[in-house]
Amino acid sequence: MPDPDRGVGRGNAFWAGLALPGVVWLCLFFLLPFYVILCVALGSVHPIFQTPRPEWNPLLWRTGAFEFVFEGLFSSGAGFQKVFLRTFAYVAIATALSLLIAYPVAYFIARFGGRWKGLLLVGLIAPFFISYLMRMLAWINLLQDDGWVNDVLVWIGIFDEPRNWLDGRASSVILGLVYGYVPFMILPLYAFLDRIDRSLLEAARDLGASPFEAFRLVTLPLSMPAILAGIVIIALPMFGDYYTTDLLSQSPQTSMIGNQIFLYIRGGQQIPVGAALVVVLMLFLTVLMGYYVVSTARAHRRLGG
Amino acid sequence: MARIREWWSNPWGKPRFLALFTMLYLVWSIVPILIAIRFSFNDGRSRSTAQGWSLRWYLDDPDLSIRNDPDLHTALFQSLRLATIAVLVTVPLGVALAIGLTRWRGRGAGTSRAVSLATLVTPEIVMGTALLLVFVHVLTFIPLGTIAQAIGHITFSLVFVLIIVRGRLLAIGPEYEEAARDLGATQFQALRLALLPMLVPATVASAIIVFAISMDDFVISQFLSSGTATDTVPVRIYSTGRTAPTPALNALATLTLGLTLVVALVGYLLWRGVRAARGGTGSALQDFAALDAEPLR
Repeated sequence: MPDPDRGVGRGNAFWAGLALPGVVWLCLFFLLPFYVILCVALGSVHPIFQTPRPEWNPLLWRTGAFEFVFEGLFSSGAGFQKVFLRTFAYVAIATALSLLIAYPVAYFIARFGGRWKGLLLVGLIAPFFISYLMRMLAWINLLQDDGWVNDVLVWIGIFDEPRNWLDGRASSVILGLVYGYVPFMILPLYAFLDRIDRSLLEAARDLGASPFEAFRLVTLPLSMPAILAGIVIIALPMFGDYYTTDLLSQSPQTSMIGNQIFLYIRGGQQIPVGAALVVVLMLFLTVLMGYYVVSTARAHRRLGG
Repeated sequence: MARIREWWSNPWGKPRFLALFTMLYLVWSIVPILIAIRFSFNDGRSRSTAQGWSLRWYLDDPDLSIRNDPDLHTALFQSLRLATIAVLVTVPLGVALAIGLTRWRGRGAGTSRAVSLATLVTPEIVMGTALLLVFVHVLTFIPLGTIAQAIGHITFSLVFVLIIVRGRLLAIGPEYEEAARDLGATQFQALRLALLPMLVPATVASAIIVFAISMDDFVISQFLSSGTATDTVPVRIYSTGRTAPTPALNALATLTLGLTLVVALVGYLLWRGVRAARGGTGSALQDFAALDAEPLR
């Protein structure tokens, strides 16, 4: 007869051992690489070949690349500052539009889906199985000179002649971002709204609230954490996006921070500057995440959860 | 007018404006894809004027079809190769990680969960840069190309397995293993005979997700590619989408989408089968829809 208590202490080691391969994997391919980015950004370059020479010893780190980045960020009108502000504007507009689309759709399906819910959910999940790049390709087809968008706009009479939508227009890039990222916002919103207890709404109605008041006073405040989560889920990857503007605009006029990073890292010249840009982007996103964590905690507290 | 007032004051009626809005959204999200698929079957070279139907861009064109343009079918095979490797490595690694991190009581468990969650919110361009630099400067024995790309795919898809399996584990609770242990099973036997069989549906679901996100991935595949030979389908779409597009690119995207859907459908049927055999309830769609980071907190 085995002693029932015998396994408890040893069991912990067993479970830790089970987690070990995954933990080692994450250390090797997620944590270590971040240190390498720092070492490259704070290292030097080979004087002739311009290849980066990472500096592993923190005591010998040089801040040249960061000085270059900050100079570009904080002297007004300089390259990095323009690109950073543009990225911020694109992400803010695209996120706001996504929320305006995602919330009503998620709300309708969660509350009124009824027997069509399964089918509607298939429609929501479908974009997850279609490659992002294919969805951008679909819009390249539609937006080209002789594409269907121009056909429709000319036919309705909004424009006299076809426009070139793929030639550095912010509107095309923002359309692409919204189209690309909105499914990632709808799904978490749906999952959350679906869990809201309907008896709360019935209570609000019984106490004399109109349907709109019930929504404004009950559903909307309750879904605040989900709205914040949805914003974070799509805004973070948008800050690192370079392919949407490359495919739908190709012009330096709509270049985002991701394009700059891609240029420095994959272009081969001044890789430390690219690495420094990545670090700055990460710090900026960490601040955003911190704000998110604080506001979610506050929202939970207000709801007494 | 009276009808509108009646509809407005009926608290249980469906809001028609929202219904219309949802329909418009679904049309807007699906129709561009259908149009892109339609032009992959175009007989002519245009991607905006219907010019009859044919399989020219899949099979028949002597130079530019998927069958005859090596760049295109190489990309398709590379995508499938990476997705297969990703599923085969990530699923066992992730299931073990999820079980370990859920049952292990210690400070390391919480930290490890936080690190996994960090991979979820790290933009891909950051992870791509980080992995590129690590393979070039530290782990130099790993060459850029298939192996590096596969490592990247495994790293960012690990967290999805963790979320799905951990969600299921929290729902199951520790009682079944405790019962098995009371009946004399060793720790390993309890894991193998009691816990793992209950995790089969979650394992199948995570395999589908890993396959789909690996097929979808662009940034990591591009950063860690060693050249045209290791370009995946999304990388090919990116590099020729604006410069030299033909309907063959639409055909490539359509074929990739078809393959992804077939794998997802087979996986879904398998999931339903194992779920029914194990007496589970609920809808798979609702399960996938509920996929969020909640269990990690």
